[in-house]
Amino acid sequence: MRFVDEFRDPELITRASEEIRRLADPTRHYRIMEVCGGHTHAIYRFGLKDILPENIELIHGPGCPVCVLPMGRIDDGLTIAHEPDRIFAAFGDMMRVPGAKGSPLEHKARGCDVRIVYSPADALEIAKKNPDKEVMFFAIGFETTAPSTALTLMSAKKQGIKNFTVFCNHVTIVPAIRAILDSPDMRLDGFIGPGHVSTVIGCRPYEWIARNEGKPVVTSGFEPLDLLQSIVMLLRQLGAGEARVENQYKRVVPWEGNRAALKVMAEVFELRPYFEWRGLGFISQSALRIRDTYADWDAERRYSVPETRVADPKSAQCGEVLKGVLKPAQCKLFGKECTPEHPIGALMVSSEGSCAAYYNYEHRKSLVTTISAVA
Amino acid sequence: MCLAIPGKIVEIAEGQNEVGIVEVTGVRRKVQLGLLSDDMPVKGDWVLIHVGFAMSKISEFDAAEQMRLLSMLGDIDQAMEEVRGYGTDDNRSETTSIPESWRRPN
Amino acid sequence: MSHGAGGKASRRLVEGLFAPLLLSSGSSEKLADAAHIEIGGATVAFTTDSFVVHPLRFPGGSIGELAVNGTVNDLAVSGARAHSMVVTFVLEEGLASSVLEAEVRAMSDALRRAGVTMVGGDTKVVERGKADGMYITTAGIGSPISGIHVDARTVRVGDRVLLSGPIGDHGITILLARADLDLEADLYSDTRSVLPMVEAMAAQAAPGIRWMRDPTRGGLATSLNELARDCGLSVELNEEAIPMRDEVRGACELLGLDPLHIANEGQFVAIVSPEFADIALNAIQMADGGDNACIIGQIRQEPANTVVVNTRYGGTRIVDMLVGDPLPRIC
Repeated sequence: MRFVDEFRDPELITRASEEIRRLADPTRHYRIMEVCGGHTHAIYRFGLKDILPENIELIHGPGCPVCVLPMGRIDDGLTIAHEPDRIFAAFGDMMRVPGAKGSPLEHKARGCDVRIVYSPADALEIAKKNPDKEVMFFAIGFETTAPSTALTLMSAKKQGIKNFTVFCNHVTIVPAIRAILDSPDMRLDGFIGPGHVSTVIGCRPYEWIARNEGKPVVTSGFEPLDLLQSIVMLLRQLGAGEARVENQYKRVVPWEGNRAALKVMAEVFELRPYFEWRGLGFISQSALRIRDTYADWDAERRYSVPETRVADPKSAQCGEVLKGVLKPAQCKLFGKECTPEHPIGALMVSSEGSCAAYYNYEHRKSLVTTISAVA
Repeated sequence: MCLAIPGKIVEIAEGQNEVGIVEVTGVRRKVQLGLLSDDMPVKGDWVLIHVGFAMSKISEFDAAEQMRLLSMLGDIDQAMEEVRGYGTDDNRSETTSIPESWRRPN
Repeated sequence: MSHGAGGKASRRLVEGLFAPLLLSSGSSEKLADAAHIEIGGATVAFTTDSFVVHPLRFPGGSIGELAVNGTVNDLAVSGARAHSMVVTFVLEEGLASSVLEAEVRAMSDALRRAGVTMVGGDTKVVERGKADGMYITTAGIGSPISGIHVDARTVRVGDRVLLSGPIGDHGITILLARADLDLEADLYSDTRSVLPMVEAMAAQAAPGIRWMRDPTRGGLATSLNELARDCGLSVELNEEAIPMRDEVRGACELLGLDPLHIANEGQFVAIVSPEFADIALNAIQMADGGDNACIIGQIRQEPANTVVVNTRYGGTRIVDMLVGDPLPRIC
């Protein structure tokens, strides 16, 4: 696969890991946060932790839009969808995420018309093909996905498709990073910056992290060589006492972002005054809602939303794990009441949630006595 | 919200050039091109696809540049120089090893 | 729904409910793809399987073909040659007779290719809205192939893991055929009888064959996890060695799926002792359709009850049984 395989070249990976070992100061313990859930997933998928020296600790950030969605929002969406002529459409990632009254798949088993879509455009197609039904697209995602939802809404308006609405749960990444840095328990040396969010917002939005907080940020791609190269770049900055934003993912991320994408987002969405994030509480100006000009396609205005607020079970420590304060295994429910098969929180369901990744890799990895070492 | 993969545009739909067909190792899918309206891709371009929408064009130049840097890791001096070329001003250093045809028109 | 997907929930249903109440032994410990039982001094192999695939027809095959090959394969990997079959159809009211006829023809062709006779069956019709068009169940009976003794407890450290061909073709073909994801590829279901390959292998290497399975629902990962649990050892796979078509790889990357969890309908995996591994592999490769067979891993002591994959880059990852259905992801 072009633009994928070359960034998985084993020889170059060996080189990069050697460089990392050379650059890492043995007297230092580095704490680097990868913000994106996709990076968390990649780190485990490619077994990158085996390649890094012991004194580089990767801490998982809250960049998993499924994980940070409060349960109540799922219940609200599914309540709306439970009428006989409604269709609930969402990405595969959402299907097993538990609400207080069950996950979308569980609702499907109870007769709710739940459909998996790969693209918001597909949800619009379903609406076109089913004029006697009302299709509600349960939208999730950071700025990577919001422009696509926006463009789909613009398309619905242009074509006059009335039986389509969006239940908008789009959130923005910078407030989440701010919440991490504001957390008193968090000591970090640098960030592996979001990869695909940055194709939309560019690299400028992270400059305050370097300037005000003094932490280097390297926006990174998702292949093993991308992540290793980003760590090389972070170590070089840390070694030189620098703190800048650098763009490792240049082949795809434009420094200024994608103007057209930002434009459609601004046309369709506006910032909510505040939004509740699982684990991080209420954060102001951190989430998107649909503008008045698109009110007819806003599920929250067309339907009455119960505004269910569901607290996570008291013993679940999703919030602390999301912030990186606790490792998944330190949550009291981890591996016992909460496993991928019967998840309590989304972090155990979402393929890039830290708990799921940790459960499938680290948790049982401790049993592995032979690990092939690199170099 | 991260799963996005590179695909090659193999067709642009007639008339409505905001839709195309993209191919990823033999798998073809319709792709929405509206987010690249400032710089529409053409047949043969590589784009990054996320939830059925093209997010960005993939720069072959930058990809090759990155590979070059990676293969030089360990050659300290030269690499340090190159790394200073990264950063806030997006400039590219002059080299002879990258084919002319891959340079972006300025 | 996840109870039918072949993974953890299915296993719990079998172990927790069916086995204690239905099986004479009361335990699912000896459950294999087919049961070998003695009747009047002769040993026969006996199995059943049901097919509820949707859509009924897809590139490379149809539900009828799956129904025949699936049962032939269950018998084959238990070390038996299918002899006869019975079939039951549950048909949805209103199903076009042309559709039914097409499936019956498909089954007839598949039976002929597999050298198996259909000796009986039953049909029921249910109301419109049920049965997704058609459900088919087949039960097959056959005779043990001499020399083969399949038992997870005979697996030893050092044994090799053999795979008959590329993984993921069937599952991805079905996913694409459902059209919800709007993907197109030149892919076909791999549905076929694996009996010729199994017999070829047995002819040369029977004493070395420890265990076999056809990795259908839940994919290779689920079958090998079951093995790991049954033999208490570790199954170690080399990622680079696992064959896969580019299109399967592309679709999995695009959708965020793990190819190890995708169903196969024309493959089998065998654990063979090191002395016989190369002979076995050679024999499969010489058989019809076996040219892509390869050795993909080995059995180790630790970590017990676990399947470990060595990635290309010196890292390792643990692969679990499938939990629920494989869902495409965008994150």
